[in-house]
Amino acid sequence: MTIGLNEYLILSALLFVVGFFGVLIRKNTLVIYMCLELMLVASTIALVAFSRFNNTLDGNVFVFFILTVAAAEVAVGLAIIVALFRKRGTVQVDELNALKN
Amino acid sequence: MANLLFYLFSALTVGSALAVVLHKNTVNAALCLLLSLLGVAGVFALLDALLLSALLILVYAGAVVALFLFIVMLINPEALPQKPYKKISVFAGTIAAALLGLGLWSFVSRSGFSTAPVAEGVFAGGLKDYGAKLFTTYLLPVQVVGFLLLIAMLGVIVLSKKFEAQEDVE
Repeated sequence: MTIGLNEYLILSALLFVVGFFGVLIRKNTLVIYMCLELMLVASTIALVAFSRFNNTLDGNVFVFFILTVAAAEVAVGLAIIVALFRKRGTVQVDELNALKN
Repeated sequence: MANLLFYLFSALTVGSALAVVLHKNTVNAALCLLLSLLGVAGVFALLDALLLSALLILVYAGAVVALFLFIVMLINPEALPQKPYKKISVFAGTIAAALLGLGLWSFVSRSGFSTAPVAEGVFAGGLKDYGAKLFTTYLLPVQVVGFLLLIAMLGVIVLSKKFEAQEDVE
């Protein structure tokens, strides 16, 4: 069996679902953030696969931009988590319930 | 050979991603994330996106995972008190993830992508082609992304500074 577009898309979907599962069940903000990164990377696999199978470079250039934005996003997100930790002394999401009640 | 490599990289990617989700220790989760990203870089190489594969290793594996490890060691989440998982929320999360997976799978299997032929012609994915695209069609996005990086850098500095100043006042 040769590897076609379908196999790449299924890999992308599988990685996305694993990341989504992690976002749903984990309580540590840092691990949730790692799982968000996994979901982002999973979507880039689909873009690169579509780009390759349509024989165009545009999808690859999009992924290039996504990588840049992801790097900026991680820096800002981790700074927010550190600021939150300084303020509240925890990174567990079930402790961060300031908006409750 | 390419098939074998695809299955190898896929197993590495998804297996390490599962380890990120299920591992209790946050440092080990970050290292598993690194392994998963290396698998994704391999998949990119199989798709003839060699520049992206190198960039993914440089930016993600080099910078992002290092930053994650740095913050994990700074915060040390293992030392914090942790509540046990509720069974019902784990069950609901599993169901939701399974539903999302089924939805995506049904989309892929009904779309007829498997019968779509690869477009003809040689795939032009060299550094020269990227440069030509980035400096003609995508010139404005390049400028915007550069500006975004500057704003993110300034934002991180502000975020890290402000709270210190407030604590001093208190």
